[in-house]
Amino acid sequence: MAVTGLIWVIFVMVHLVENLLLFAGPEPYNRYAHFLVSLGPLLWLAELILLVALVAHVTAAISLVLENRAARPQRYVKLRSKGEPSKRTFASMSMIFTGLTLLLFLIIHLKTFKYGPGIEQGYVQVIDGKQVRDLHRLVTETFHNPIYVIWYVFALVFLGFHVRHGFWSAFQSWGAAHPRYTPILYSLGALVGVALAVGFIFIPIWFYFFVGG
Amino acid sequence: MSLMTLHLKVWRQAGPDQPGRFETYTLNNVNPHMSFLEMLDVLNEQLIKEGKEPVEYDNDCREGICGMCSLVINGIPHGQLPRTATCQLHMRHFNDGDTITIEPFRARAFPVVKDLVVDRSAFDRIIARGGYISVNTGSAPDANTIPVAKEKADAAMDAAECIGCGACVAACPNASAALFVGAKISQYILLPQGQPERPRRVLRMVAQMDEEKFGACSNHGECEAVCPKGISIINIARMRKDYRKAALGLL
Repeated sequence: MAVTGLIWVIFVMVHLVENLLLFAGPEPYNRYAHFLVSLGPLLWLAELILLVALVAHVTAAISLVLENRAARPQRYVKLRSKGEPSKRTFASMSMIFTGLTLLLFLIIHLKTFKYGPGIEQGYVQVIDGKQVRDLHRLVTETFHNPIYVIWYVFALVFLGFHVRHGFWSAFQSWGAAHPRYTPILYSLGALVGVALAVGFIFIPIWFYFFVGG
Repeated sequence: MSLMTLHLKVWRQAGPDQPGRFETYTLNNVNPHMSFLEMLDVLNEQLIKEGKEPVEYDNDCREGICGMCSLVINGIPHGQLPRTATCQLHMRHFNDGDTITIEPFRARAFPVVKDLVVDRSAFDRIIARGGYISVNTGSAPDANTIPVAKEKADAAMDAAECIGCGACVAACPNASAALFVGAKISQYILLPQGQPERPRRVLRMVAQMDEEKFGACSNHGECEAVCPKGISIINIARMRKDYRKAALGLL
């Protein structure tokens, strides 16, 4: 869970930074998207690593949840958190729900963008005399669908919660714990979670209200 | 000092595979200086006088060091006071007229024997797989013959505080025994005497923990909060690191 989760945290961070290019306008964004696609085998390798990590992460998560449910066949009538220093939070208790929602989000997200309409469907921009896919237009159009935007915001809040527990938890699971550094990692987990959620949510909302399409 | 009236919602279960249910009892005249167990003693005296079957619950030293008492009190193992075992929880921390819910520790690995008594011998079987040092270390060596860093000695002593009560399992949303096993492993791996059996100990104890069908730790950290000795989840991380290294033959 730890290693595969952290691989995805790194990817998502990079992805957010890349997405900021959306604000630079269609040309820089489409140029960068075209550059990524033109990497060919290098991109495939990255995608393969992400896919393997995802499958391992989801498989481990589901088997853990089943195992843990079975470990307490008779539930408590009343069980609550004792508070400090417990790290039991909404985030920690809802990992499987936020995680499965994110998996659904990922599938829809890939279908919309990666495997969405391209040059053949007229999403085309000419850069340096070459026809490239106008992904910027697709993003702009998609983010003018209010239902899509609401779903995005919802899913990305879940991403924030998932990372809030997952980030520090990965280090703890790997055995990297220290009285001085673990509290820092725990706070950093909250910071990374909030930063990712706010950063990603900002994009569809900004496009919905301020970018013509 | 005014006496209190309390309403107790107590889990009653005739035997291991019997269905259980809550029974509500009202106790008048509860002295606020009683410990929680003494309050239950009073309940049992009342039940016996009424010709009813007394409530079974575990207890032994009643001074917070043996790890025999248990109970989930109002949703928290050992109750709401920090670093306190049930036997050291006094009734002055409750209010007159309160309703208190009392459940047994719940985990597949801790089957209910009767009422509030659960069988925690899974912990003994884990210890039997390596929670010891097999060589005779003789009498205490002269001070400083074997240097042990102060930080390590402190951390080992902190881990060794574990009284094996099982509250960590009871509070864990996953019913995991990771804090108990982590503490029992840490108390040895930090000291020179624990080194010769270090890889074997962690592999065997973790294997036994899995065999006992405890859940898997997912870092909720609730165990540390309910632990009457305040054992840190750093001990869990220490166990995982040692397990990984031992499994890869790096120890």
